[in-house]
Amino acid sequence: MNIIICGCGKIGAALIDALAAEGHNVTALDNDPAVLTEMTNVHDVIGVCGNGADCETLEETGVRQAELFVAVTGSDELNMLACFLAKRMGALHTIARIRNPEYNDSSLDFMKRELGLSMAINPELLAARELFDVLRMPSAAKIETFSGRTFEIAELRLKDDSVLDGLTLRDLRNTYKTQVLVCTVQRGEDVFIPSGDFVLKSGDRIGITSSPAEIVKFMRQIGLLQKKARSVMLLGGSRTAYYLAKMLVSSGADVKIIERDMAVAQLFSDEIPGASVVLGDGAQQELLLEEGIRDTDAFVSLTGMDEENILISIYASSQNVPKVISKINRDELMPMAEKLGLDTFISPRRIIADVLVQYARALENSRGSQVETMYKLMDGCVEALEFRVTQEAAGLTGVELRSMKRKPQILIAGIIRGRRTIVPGGEDVIHVGDRVIVLAGAGHRLGDLSDILA
Amino acid sequence: MNWKMILKNLGMIVTIEGGLMLLPTVCALCYREWFVALMFLATAAVAAAAGTTVVLLTRKGDDVIFAKEGFVITALAWVLMGVIGAVPFLLTGDITSPADAFFETVSGLTTTGASILRDVTAMSRGCQFWRSFTHWIGGMGVLVLMMALVSDASGRSIHIMRAEMPGPVVDKIVPRVRDTAKILYLIYIALTAAETVFLLAGGMNLFESLIHSFGTAGTGGFSVRSESIGAYSPYIVWVVTVFMLLFGVNFNLYFLLLIKKFRAAFGSEELKVYFGIVGVSVAVITANTLKIAGNFSDALRNAAFQVASIATTTGYATTDFNLWPGLSKMILLLLMFVGGCAGSTAGGLKVARVAILVKSARRELAKLLHPRSVSSVRFEKKPLGDPVRFSVTNYFALYALLLAGTLVLIAGEPFDLETNISAAVACFNNVGPGFSAVGPMGNYADYGVFAKIVLSAAMLLGRLEIYPLVLTFMPSTWTKK
Repeated sequence: MNIIICGCGKIGAALIDALAAEGHNVTALDNDPAVLTEMTNVHDVIGVCGNGADCETLEETGVRQAELFVAVTGSDELNMLACFLAKRMGALHTIARIRNPEYNDSSLDFMKRELGLSMAINPELLAARELFDVLRMPSAAKIETFSGRTFEIAELRLKDDSVLDGLTLRDLRNTYKTQVLVCTVQRGEDVFIPSGDFVLKSGDRIGITSSPAEIVKFMRQIGLLQKKARSVMLLGGSRTAYYLAKMLVSSGADVKIIERDMAVAQLFSDEIPGASVVLGDGAQQELLLEEGIRDTDAFVSLTGMDEENILISIYASSQNVPKVISKINRDELMPMAEKLGLDTFISPRRIIADVLVQYARALENSRGSQVETMYKLMDGCVEALEFRVTQEAAGLTGVELRSMKRKPQILIAGIIRGRRTIVPGGEDVIHVGDRVIVLAGAGHRLGDLSDILA
Repeated sequence: MNWKMILKNLGMIVTIEGGLMLLPTVCALCYREWFVALMFLATAAVAAAAGTTVVLLTRKGDDVIFAKEGFVITALAWVLMGVIGAVPFLLTGDITSPADAFFETVSGLTTTGASILRDVTAMSRGCQFWRSFTHWIGGMGVLVLMMALVSDASGRSIHIMRAEMPGPVVDKIVPRVRDTAKILYLIYIALTAAETVFLLAGGMNLFESLIHSFGTAGTGGFSVRSESIGAYSPYIVWVVTVFMLLFGVNFNLYFLLLIKKFRAAFGSEELKVYFGIVGVSVAVITANTLKIAGNFSDALRNAAFQVASIATTTGYATTDFNLWPGLSKMILLLLMFVGGCAGSTAGGLKVARVAILVKSARRELAKLLHPRSVSSVRFEKKPLGDPVRFSVTNYFALYALLLAGTLVLIAGEPFDLETNISAAVACFNNVGPGFSAVGPMGNYADYGVFAKIVLSAAMLLGRLEIYPLVLTFMPSTWTKK
């Protein structure tokens, strides 16, 4: 598929990385030749230098043959204009990053319609939603929800003295009588899609799937359940913090935002009446102690500096804050931060890359099922995909799962039928109209549900 | 330095070369040269087995490479191909000395066309075919062929492509390296096939049509006749002239034609300069040689053919231009330096570089007169940044230095100055024939072993545009500092 990425900043680079790895024909557009040289050196893409809202430049990128045009420059207005022109010149689908909160209200739908945008993406809003989900269930390091919020995947780390240590997955099911399915396990560098004989160990990072209620029940059984965060301290008045604070306040939580810039602090207190805003430097331990870091349920560091986020998060952990989350923009820092004892991170660019890869796959394949949702789990080693089955397929629909011939490292983790969620056993059958959640290990690239068949 | 990736790529190249040797095997079988066929088959089998083993042993591991590895892979691959390609010549006994066989293979692969054979007609058909086929392989580049065949997981093979493709700025024509390589090879194959058909229509037999198409496509110049193209009809001469010029054009322009961007293709500044140089040279030489040729049509045909042959660094001949007047010979010598367009199969400095050099020089002169003036050098309707200008002037400086070095190293040979100078220039620019003793009717057989190796290195330097080979043999590439 021909994809044009306009703007090669942090988000643009992450998109180019993900989409080129998916095998698409990617054209990178930027006005800085040095950035483009870097992009073409590292990824298998072509570079065009120029202004994304200039028709001649767009022509040069081959916009007429493009299936997807994504504008992620630093300016919302430029993104909108570039997408508008690209659409008029022949691009089939356009996606713009629009992140100014003023545009992300009721006027967004109108603008999307009038500009012909297929999607407007707002990385900060998406990051805030993901944070909000995690704060709702702090025991998990990461939570991903599928259609209608009836099915979830949660990643959690087994503590050193975990009750699950030494248990096989079969025992686990029998002991706890749970509907929860352990679908992935990360141990050190290795990632498994485990079978029933797999033995869990302390320190494993496991992914579990089921309905939200089942997951909560399971966590309570294994003594990992933490209550929903009632008081949250946010560090840094970024856009993500803005959206997250709004969500938290409207859900009734106590929110405290620490920001060092007066103008930003003022803006937060103007816009979010329910939150308390503190003017000060979050790197000062004195200030954090004074503002009650020891009594808060969760601490989220959202400054623009990865290093600052990591260091202050480590301090917060040392003060026994039950849940500490840090925003990390550079992916390569995550494993280091993990070694330092942090476990929950948020990366807006990774979220956006996942969204775009999912969108591109859904565009590419519509044989008999469609990719509805896609998440990357376990540092990108495992993909969780939700397919909607739209027509009968031989060997797939109407076949008992136990007799279905699947590729290795593929797991059918759930079937959503109407409002019911099924954690499938061998005798279950896929019907037309179902939504099927599939986990695929490294090396698979599923675009259609029938791709799981051997 | 990523050793595994270097070995893996070299393994793939050797395997591919083994595969390509099946074609001369088939050719030898057609001519019932059983022994020759067996030798080619044996070399092919050993090369393919060894290459595949290396690839299998190195298949796992980090596949990230940088510009450094790209240069090293390219340089080592070409040297290795020269060595392996020489084996059948020795095994069949068509060439007896290893230095000669290496010279002949490198001359073929680098599309130079300089030969050590005193009598090419005495060679077996299989070896004749292989010799010309190396032109075709080397023309577009075997690493580019590898990219078209093998998918690239890391997305970094652009470094190899940059190192192998000629021209000041190498860029992809479509987003993916593999697709770019495929498109280039398809255009290459289509043009070669077209020439073969035109030659067949002119009454040439299939074997010789293929041989001469390979020689033209790679802008190489090996023939199977002692008189080169001079042995054929005027129609054939014109067909070869036109195709030589076509293969000297940047292949990206053909792609632009394919996607119907005619204005962009024909508006290319390099194309205009290229045909301008060819046109003026043909006119001057026609006038200059009118007396020798006797009539206008012969003079024009020979001038056009010889200009096309030298400008595109092919090196075919229809006449012994050694006997031409000094002015014509001087023009030919200058054309050797200019070469064809960037991104073509031709050698030399490349028209784009010469144009940029002249324009830069003009700007520097203007700057001396008006020290505060701000003006940019424009090429292909775009202002050139300083990095590109510096890289072109640097390239020229290195080129001049290495050419001078080659001249000094072969100066000990018992030849006159004209022979030595033209031999160095003709090898460095991948032309082939020079003047005097190494002229179109002469050969390189009388050079000593050392000179042959120096000239082989010069050919590789010229084909790979200096950097890969120089960097590979620079100690600081290999130290861990």
